Amino acid sequence: MNSYLYYPGCSLAGTAREYGQSTLAVLRRLGCEIPELDDWTCCGASSAHSLDHRLGLALAARNLALAEAQGRGLLTPCAACYSRLAAAWHGVRQGGEVAEWLREILGRPLEGTFRPRSLLEFLVVEIGSHEIARQAGVPLDGLKVACYYGCLLSRPAEWAIDDADNPQLMDGLLEELGARAVPWAYKTECCGSFLALARTAVVFGLVERIVEAAREAGADCLVTACPMCQANLDMRQRRGRPPLPIFYFTQLVGVSLGLAPEVLGLDRHIIPGLPLLRERNLVSGPVGLRERLLR
Amino acid sequence: MKRVGVFLCWCGSNIAGVVDMDRLQAEVERMPGVVHVEQNKYTCSDPGQESIRRAIREHRLQRVVVAACSPRMHERTFRAMMRTAGLNPYLLEMANLREHCSWVHRDIDEATAKAVDLVRRAVFKVRLARPLQSGKVPITRRALVLGGGIAGIQAALDLADFGIPVVLVESSPSLGGRMAQLDKTFPTLDCSSCILTPKMVEVATHPSIRLLTYSEVESVEGYVGNFKVLVRRKARSVDEQRCTGCGECLSKCPAKVPSEFDLGLGTRGAIYVPFPQAVPNVPVIDRQSCLYFTRGRCRICQRACPAGAIDYQQEDRLESYEVGAIVVATGYDQFDPAAYGEYAYRASPNVITGLEFERLVSSTGPTGGRILTPGGGREPQRVVFIKCVGSRDEQRGASYCSKTCCMYVAKQAILLKEKLPRCEVYVFYMDVRAAGKDYEEFYLRAREMGVQYVRGRVARVFPHGDRLRIRAEDTLIGRRLELEADLVVLASAMVPRPDARQVARKLGIAANQHGFFSEAHPKLRPVETHTAGIFLAGAAQGPKDIPDSVAQAGAAASKAAALLSRQEMETEPVVAEVNEHWCSGCLRCARVCPYNAISEREIRVRTAAGVRTKTVATVNPGLCQGCGACAVACRDGAMNLAGFADQQVLAEVDALCL
Repeated sequence: MNSYLYYPGCSLAGTAREYGQSTLAVLRRLGCEIPELDDWTCCGASSAHSLDHRLGLALAARNLALAEAQGRGLLTPCAACYSRLAAAWHGVRQGGEVAEWLREILGRPLEGTFRPRSLLEFLVVEIGSHEIARQAGVPLDGLKVACYYGCLLSRPAEWAIDDADNPQLMDGLLEELGARAVPWAYKTECCGSFLALARTAVVFGLVERIVEAAREAGADCLVTACPMCQANLDMRQRRGRPPLPIFYFTQLVGVSLGLAPEVLGLDRHIIPGLPLLRERNLVSGPVGLRERLLR
Repeated sequence: MKRVGVFLCWCGSNIAGVVDMDRLQAEVERMPGVVHVEQNKYTCSDPGQESIRRAIREHRLQRVVVAACSPRMHERTFRAMMRTAGLNPYLLEMANLREHCSWVHRDIDEATAKAVDLVRRAVFKVRLARPLQSGKVPITRRALVLGGGIAGIQAALDLADFGIPVVLVESSPSLGGRMAQLDKTFPTLDCSSCILTPKMVEVATHPSIRLLTYSEVESVEGYVGNFKVLVRRKARSVDEQRCTGCGECLSKCPAKVPSEFDLGLGTRGAIYVPFPQAVPNVPVIDRQSCLYFTRGRCRICQRACPAGAIDYQQEDRLESYEVGAIVVATGYDQFDPAAYGEYAYRASPNVITGLEFERLVSSTGPTGGRILTPGGGREPQRVVFIKCVGSRDEQRGASYCSKTCCMYVAKQAILLKEKLPRCEVYVFYMDVRAAGKDYEEFYLRAREMGVQYVRGRVARVFPHGDRLRIRAEDTLIGRRLELEADLVVLASAMVPRPDARQVARKLGIAANQHGFFSEAHPKLRPVETHTAGIFLAGAAQGPKDIPDSVAQAGAAASKAAALLSRQEMETEPVVAEVNEHWCSGCLRCARVCPYNAISEREIRVRTAAGVRTKTVATVNPGLCQGCGACAVACRDGAMNLAGFADQQVLAEVDALCL
């Protein structure tokens, strides 16, 4: 477990602060002290790799090389960061031309000794759902969740963290913690990603389909492992029917481990999630200021 | 120096179109030992062969090089020609100017230079060739057929009709195989059992066939014409001689376990016959679920049996058979669609495989032929078929097409429409492959009956209330669809049986990357294996439907019969030879031999210190297939492959590299 360095990426320091907060809180509670990678830089997501293939890989590879020099791999909660780091790692491991020019651009050695890990995979595979459940004090009984993986963790199949068409890691983890993961068909659908800015209407349409499917499957809420998905689902649900709250899986793991709502950033969502958790007696204690304001 | 003649073949324009034959001839004429060179448009033709014979006479040739196509194609032809010209057939060498040169190159200069190299290699090698003589081995006139499905049944019957005694070994308690599980067959819709069961009875009653059901081959030793097969006859716990097949025991057995024959859709007792038409109609006790064997109490079947045939003390028996040829017809298995988690095969009882559907629609099946959803016991309003589950998908299944699914899906859709005319039937497909006599028409019939064919892969199947919801894309109109259904049928791929690789190892035959047994040549030797005397039939060799399996079984039977019709056979002289003076007895050769052809023996040698004994390797020329692995493994250079001696191979290297 000491073989990782934490790579938060930009979202977790900004728009997805609650993801970063809850990640660190959960890791700490589980006794995993994972130091942050010193001098980390952009993973190259979206902007870089859509402009220039080499730039996209090189930006991510720089971080891999920094960690490798310390004999460690990178652990990242963000799906986009994971996807970029894995793409670069894959390129290096393939050897040949790509590995050559990556090393040349970086001006540092990079062998790809350590595979980057997504936090979800780390928690389920390395720590183990069972172990987390053992330490959890609050079973998520009665909570029906629709686990939403989006595209970046599940595609392409070469570095998908799980079965590309039917990922199960999050479902298994939350079921172990007492929640009921509803079977539904939209777990790897597109959330619309950056079209949220350029063509918002498209994203409203995509999000509606995902949320409708989750509602129809009987879910109380959606759970994601991706800042982009969370933002789109949280901000682009059409008004009308009561919206479904969108949690990060780390937040629900944190609730189950008995961590306080503010620590997990549960009061930072656009669609308030705390009322649902309070209603199910999963969260207790006084209502915080931000929570009151959001109502 | 031996007098070498070289014959350059144009192969029409196949070779001469790319290789400059005159320039090649000029170069070849200068090679050492070459006393005669000539060109021929088609060397393999009758006049072509005749001109070689004439040249051998006129130029007193001692060695011959034919520079033409692959030796796989015509080496036999030219060896036979050598014999008629009075030369030993093994004094011939071929240079492959077609597959290895003209077919793969465009540039005339480069191709010609390579052709010169290839011919020089052959000339250098043939100069060191020595005459080889084939031996003779006697042939045991009996055949073993492995597997009692339709392919094995057909092969056994055909062999027996040739008058050849047959031993048929089937691992399950009854003949019939997969075909017995099917309801009707495409494209004629005749009932599978009706055409199969008479053949099963014929096997059981045929005087030349010894039928061993509930039996497995333990080991195979020996070589073509002389195999020794050890068969384990598993304890049936029922005396086959005494049992009258009355079935009294079956209804009395208190145990209930899922029936393998009904693929878990129905149940059977611990004492059971797999299906009513089973041959032999003798039950077997499944000791894992029998109350007497697990808890020591019950014995109800024994009391019920009026013939006193129940025998709890029965034990496995080993029987040994000598056979001259083996037909392998071990069949196929169904791909487990659990690999496609998104199709909810494990999650919902109403998602079934094509074979399970056969049991559902069969009148001998668990529902008596009424099509009811396994989950709810309701008649389905809408059924969705998904094709290519595990086929044509390298990532999660196999890269190949399973060949039968398009047709059996059409058949099942037709059966559905016939039994439940108001049921809507959707078929999601990638391509419809209906190549075969009357197959396309059969598929069109399904469409005419109102079966909806939608081109596109299904993305998801998930339970929705008590129905199933299917998400897919219609790629012809580029639109996504979502529909509900009561039953989803997955046309899962045909895959080798799980023990196929062990069987291959036992028999010393090859299997491809998927585990299907490999034929000796995909076009010209489709039913033979690389191991002489072992033949293939049915889906063990690759996905196949019933007509193909039957045809292949007939072919395998006649190949085996041709072999067994002789008293003795010539052995291939290209086998390994041991130089006992050089052999140190390390037996590395024996360890690498894939055919178990090498063993050790003691010889007495005279040395300066007197006579002593020494261990050396010895090759069984009947088993040796001439692969040469032992010659490579030998540290002492004592092992040589006749026709490929070390000096010859080194001469080839010199010819190419010096």
